[in-house]
Amino acid sequence: MLKEIQSTGNKDTRSGFGDGIAEVARKNPNIVALTADLAGSLKLGQFIKEFPDRFFQCGIAEANMISIAAGLTIGGKIPYTCTFANFSTGRVYDQIRQSVAYSGKNVKICASHAGLTLGEDGATHQILEDIGLMKMLPGMTVIVPCDYAQTKAATEAIADFVGPVYLRFGRPVWPIFTSDKPFEIGKAQFFSEGTDVSIFACGHLVWYAIQAGAILEEKGVSVEIINMHTIKPLDEERVIKSIRKTKCVVTAEEHNIIGGLGDAIAQCAAKNFPVPIEYVGTKDTFGESGKPIELLKKYGLDIPDIVAAAEKVMARKNG
Amino acid sequence: MAELVSIASQIRRDIVRMVHGANSGHPGGSLGCADFFTALYFNVMKHNPAFNMNATNEDVFFLSNGHISPVFYSTLARSGYFSIGELATFRKINSRLQGHPATHEHLPGIRIASGSLGQGMSAAIGAALAKKLNNDPHIVFSLHGDGELDEGQVWEAVMFAVHHKVDNLISTIDWNGQQIDGPTDKVMSLGNIRQKFDAFGWTTLEMNGNNMDDVLATLNKAKSLLGQGKPIGILMHTVMGKGVDFMEGSHEWHGIAPNDEQLARALAQLPETLGDY
Repeated sequence: MLKEIQSTGNKDTRSGFGDGIAEVARKNPNIVALTADLAGSLKLGQFIKEFPDRFFQCGIAEANMISIAAGLTIGGKIPYTCTFANFSTGRVYDQIRQSVAYSGKNVKICASHAGLTLGEDGATHQILEDIGLMKMLPGMTVIVPCDYAQTKAATEAIADFVGPVYLRFGRPVWPIFTSDKPFEIGKAQFFSEGTDVSIFACGHLVWYAIQAGAILEEKGVSVEIINMHTIKPLDEERVIKSIRKTKCVVTAEEHNIIGGLGDAIAQCAAKNFPVPIEYVGTKDTFGESGKPIELLKKYGLDIPDIVAAAEKVMARKNG
Repeated sequence: MAELVSIASQIRRDIVRMVHGANSGHPGGSLGCADFFTALYFNVMKHNPAFNMNATNEDVFFLSNGHISPVFYSTLARSGYFSIGELATFRKINSRLQGHPATHEHLPGIRIASGSLGQGMSAAIGAALAKKLNNDPHIVFSLHGDGELDEGQVWEAVMFAVHHKVDNLISTIDWNGQQIDGPTDKVMSLGNIRQKFDAFGWTTLEMNGNNMDDVLATLNKAKSLLGQGKPIGILMHTVMGKGVDFMEGSHEWHGIAPNDEQLARALAQLPETLGDY
């Protein structure tokens, strides 16, 4: 039962990144970190303390940082670039496109403060388009872990994965619930198996999807909750298997419904097994200032929104 | 010396023939930089045509103004990175010699894509930092257009290189005073480039990039100044289109191909010294 899934604590996903990079750097001497004046926000303190010679402060110059990272790979380094998601993607799209993706460089673009849950800083910093930007780039792997434990695991896993990676995480303190679940790049993670509806979620909304699933179960719905932490490459095999069974889908993400996880699932469904889909995400809009929880509620990304989407899509399926 | 001048002449022939063969490409900047490329690859750099991407224990060069790919490709082929016959595929379908340099088709000698301007100095700095981390004492060279200095990222890199004491880097600016839309002074004034680099804290040299003696002497002087806590910049005065009289000094020849008659006139001015491809 989904209501039995408990959090084992609360922590921000960016701390999972900070702890993960320090841990993996102890094992792999080729890992280096770069930041554009956001070492503190990205929780790089421990890494810098232990590996000062492998840390490069770039100042507020993200374009330079991305291309330097590409250059560092020529010499066998594994650079992790560390800044907010907005400055990790839209601001430096051409640098990533030419110097990293087209050039096939082993750069790890690590992006914090993604989505609405950045909160009070408002829409200038709340990027809701980054998953789409990154997944369009040929050869780019896109990973959106859901809690502290998974962010730490993903931060470590990408070191051994050869190729450019976009790793997206966030700012708010959030429940931890995957400490005992193994993380594997590209492999969808199931929290429940069901037959009535598939709910695919990523990032912070995985926890909300589990809560929504528990409510649906109490109403007698057999719900399948899947954490799609890897949006590209999409685990098509498990997605198709799930939707063949449930025949309807809800996607939930802290991102514009255009270009994100929902789009990826819809494309997979359209190509393989078309089913009704409802999208939980921002509806082609910018965000605004506010507390993270307030924003998720205002923009329709709350637990009741996922429940409502599930009920709607099941009605469409049956209707 | 005479040998280098002779190689440069052949590279210039290759450039005009490649651009003519593709009926597209950028002959002007390529011709202007032929002497620089010849000096680097046939004299100054310690490099290994048995290409390895990581450039372990060798000097490495980055072309930031990727549109002058013809001079880069000819130089690499003439240095033994790939067969000179492959130059005939420049800009054609299924070729490794893309319009702008790329790693995607695995052409030996290319370590990063360039073409979208302003990124090459940053990439060169990254490679230079990697050499330091690897205790590899070899040098990183880079080349940039003067028009390319319009890109803000170049100045981010210029600032970074000083702050982080990237003193295993020699970055050269091809100062031909021309860019696509006209003279740099008309399109976007560069002001006193030397004072700008000096003010950022670089050690800055100048040379005549179309005089082989001066190119060799200045590159060797730059090498002698490495390891002193500062990056080295070279402002290289060149003539766009150098070696082909009707192309010289005009931005009109930045990015167009000669026709058959123009090719014949160009080749008549450029002695074939190593055999055409």
